[in-house]
Amino acid sequence: MIFNFSDYADLLPLITNSLIAGALLAIVGGLIGVFVNTRDMSFAVHGISELSFAGASFALLAGTDVVLGSIFGSLVAAGLIGVLGAKARERNSIVAVLMPAGLGLGILAISLYQGQALNKFGLLTGQIVAVDLPQLAWLAGISVFILAVLALVWRPLAFASLDPEVAEARGVPTRLLSLVFMLLLGLAVAASVQVVGALLVLSLLVTPAAAALRVTKVPAAVAVLSVVFALVSVLGGILLAVGAGLPISPYVTSISFLIYVVCRVIERVRK
Amino acid sequence: MTIKATSPVLQISDATMAYGDKVLWTGLNLTVQPHEFIAVIGSNGSGKTSLLHAILGQEQLTAGQIRVNGKPVRRGNKNIGYIPQHRGTDANTPMRARDLLRLGLDGHRWGLPLTGRRVTARVNHVLDCIDGHDLADKPVGTLSGGQLQRFRVGQAVIASPDLILADEPLSALDLQQQQAVANLIDEERREHEAAVLFVTHDVNPILGMVDRVLYLANGQFRIGTPDEVLRSEVLSELYGTQVDVLRNQGRIVVVGTHEHEHHPDEEWS
Repeated sequence: MIFNFSDYADLLPLITNSLIAGALLAIVGGLIGVFVNTRDMSFAVHGISELSFAGASFALLAGTDVVLGSIFGSLVAAGLIGVLGAKARERNSIVAVLMPAGLGLGILAISLYQGQALNKFGLLTGQIVAVDLPQLAWLAGISVFILAVLALVWRPLAFASLDPEVAEARGVPTRLLSLVFMLLLGLAVAASVQVVGALLVLSLLVTPAAAALRVTKVPAAVAVLSVVFALVSVLGGILLAVGAGLPISPYVTSISFLIYVVCRVIERVRK
Repeated sequence: MTIKATSPVLQISDATMAYGDKVLWTGLNLTVQPHEFIAVIGSNGSGKTSLLHAILGQEQLTAGQIRVNGKPVRRGNKNIGYIPQHRGTDANTPMRARDLLRLGLDGHRWGLPLTGRRVTARVNHVLDCIDGHDLADKPVGTLSGGQLQRFRVGQAVIASPDLILADEPLSALDLQQQQAVANLIDEERREHEAAVLFVTHDVNPILGMVDRVLYLANGQFRIGTPDEVLRSEVLSELYGTQVDVLRNQGRIVVVGTHEHEHHPDEEWS
């Protein structure tokens, strides 16, 4: 039985936290995704998420806060990629080196962990009912921070992403901005790992913006559409997952992928 | 209409640029007045781009000083409009041609790019100047090389800079596009009394606009009008080898520089 909505009304109050967390992450992921796409950082997102997974797994093993561990792993990866991989080609090889290392370490920590199986699996494939209040407070704090900083750097970051040379000539601190962006990306990944899991962070941080870019290039429209697509994917995914009692990620990724396919078809038909 | 100062826009005094033992240029003195159009010519590695970077405050001189509007150079000068070498933009860029223009006006400011009436008016004015209304709402990733360079010129002049620095803005463009982009830069400097430093390896598309030539080669340089500098005896002395300057139907061809032998399809290298 994939869907069972008979006791849905009873379940809804239990997932309120998850819905709020999902909405926050969708807004953050949709907006960050615009820059992930324009700065050609999709692969880097994957690399950061594996180290974030490793950090979270070790935190689980050590009995400390999983969110903190996940943030720690994310920021280490984002910092390494930001500092060592200024050029796209170098960046890709650094990511390819970090990714298996992170995944391996994470699996090691999880294998040694003796606790609940639900938590283990959740870090890779996402979880829904597990969002408790302290965790929600963390996510909300991170999200508000990311959105505030993103609003502050939006315009110069767009300039630097389009044409770093000209932006620098105009006085845009391009180097500082790429490090700030890596910090925001690291935090966004760490937060997303909590809900969709490390393997599927791309569906939240890359796919919605990639889909939006297929149908428009108007800056504001790309940002709005990307957020809408992310919201539909995450909230829709959570609501369906509750009915099925399965992990949230297959639903989120399927909706997100479907939106992407539809956008590609729309782009095709228009030409 | 503001009255611009008649003092020099750019003063380069006794400037040297060297990387270790390799001296690109030394003892360079150049004063550029408003409205002047200077072509910077020289072989690859002669320090043309380094000169622009030094004026932009992105590279330190080994010795000497550069002043823009009387003030020592600093990073990020709003009085300078910079046009880079042509490079395509990513097809994924979430930006229309008009958004690219607008970045020249306020792209360096923090915050969200909210649109005001003043900004829109300014963008529309520049669209008039570069004849870009038809292309304004196209994604930048879909513009052709010449179209994109026209908008890059617009982006460089939208804030009415006193000095326009152009680094090989015509490379990778066909002849017709080269002429259109060069004319646009020329019109902008006439309208705004801006000075232009135009780095190029082919002086022909801009020959009619150039007031003076700065020719860099072999760690040395010559400055003067095109007729003073682009002569066989002057360039032969500069290169230390026999160089012939040929004039044919208003075009200038330089034969005999070493670079020329490697790039037979380029008139200037």
